[in-house]
Amino acid sequence: MKLEMLSRLNGERAARRAAIIITDIQSGEQRLVGQDAIAQDPLAPLLDLHLTRGKSALVEHDGRQFFLTVQEPPLKVVIIGAVHISQALIPMMKQLDLSITVVDPRTAFATPDRFPDVSLLTMWPDAVLPSLGFDRYTALVALTHDPKIDDPAIITALRSQCFYIGALGSRKTHERRIERLTNAGFIEADLSRIRAPIGLDIGATSPAEIAVSILAEIVAAFRNERRGSA
Amino acid sequence: MLSTDTDVLKAAEDWRRAGKGVALATVIETWGSAPRAIGSHLIIDEDANFLGSVSGGCVEGSVITEALDVIADGRPRVLEFGVADETAWRVGLSCGGRIKIYVERVE
Repeated sequence: MKLEMLSRLNGERAARRAAIIITDIQSGEQRLVGQDAIAQDPLAPLLDLHLTRGKSALVEHDGRQFFLTVQEPPLKVVIIGAVHISQALIPMMKQLDLSITVVDPRTAFATPDRFPDVSLLTMWPDAVLPSLGFDRYTALVALTHDPKIDDPAIITALRSQCFYIGALGSRKTHERRIERLTNAGFIEADLSRIRAPIGLDIGATSPAEIAVSILAEIVAAFRNERRGSA
Repeated sequence: MLSTDTDVLKAAEDWRRAGKGVALATVIETWGSAPRAIGSHLIIDEDANFLGSVSGGCVEGSVITEALDVIADGRPRVLEFGVADETAWRVGLSCGGRIKIYVERVE
């Protein structure tokens, strides 16, 4: 692989864009196709298919074997609430290569001392979320269990294609949340996208254990969806 | 993607820019239970330093040896490993799977 091509691939990733490298296994010939150029490529249908699946693959076309190195944009997580669980979550999420943004308007919680080395926005979710670009590679983790802060974030997420929406709070808290969102015009199909109480049920109690259960649920949501379409 | 494989690709770029000879190994096909998914990367420099993985540690040694040849002659190679392989007694996948690996030089 030419260094220039490797560099472009890394650049596309840094810019959060999908890209595919096509390698002719017999000749070693290679080309990089950015997400916007897929439609013009001779292998367009195969590129589309494997990008949707989110998996690299060996394919055949016109009797030749090509390897598709599929690079999806990095997953992004927006955490609402600069709380104790978030402090436990962030180092674990970094291990999984997730891009993280923490949003909390409460200046007592959202301090750089408590959240070093992470994008921390001390703002109300309704003010800042539209600029964060919720797409199918985005997860929302709502952890304040304060409706004034969590609800606007959940509403933004429900109106997007994001692959995961998790909300902290007991079943009772969630019942009241469902009531509010129903009044706001959402239907059951929308509301069933919200995972609440957040996290896989592993009996987690400490903030770190809850973080593990949330992270496992995010991985499952992302991977299972693609496994289903494979 | 939920993996650090792309950090491996970033490191490959950095190593090459630092003037090292670098090879990129990629899992291109698997059969049965394979330890790493298709698309997983291992990078190797001319001093046999490496990062990433193409198996659970079963065949890396052999891939690194081949990678040093690829760095030397620049010719990409396809390697295959599995229990049915004649090299199974030396290197092989104890899990019973079979994998094909493409090794190329970063030019």
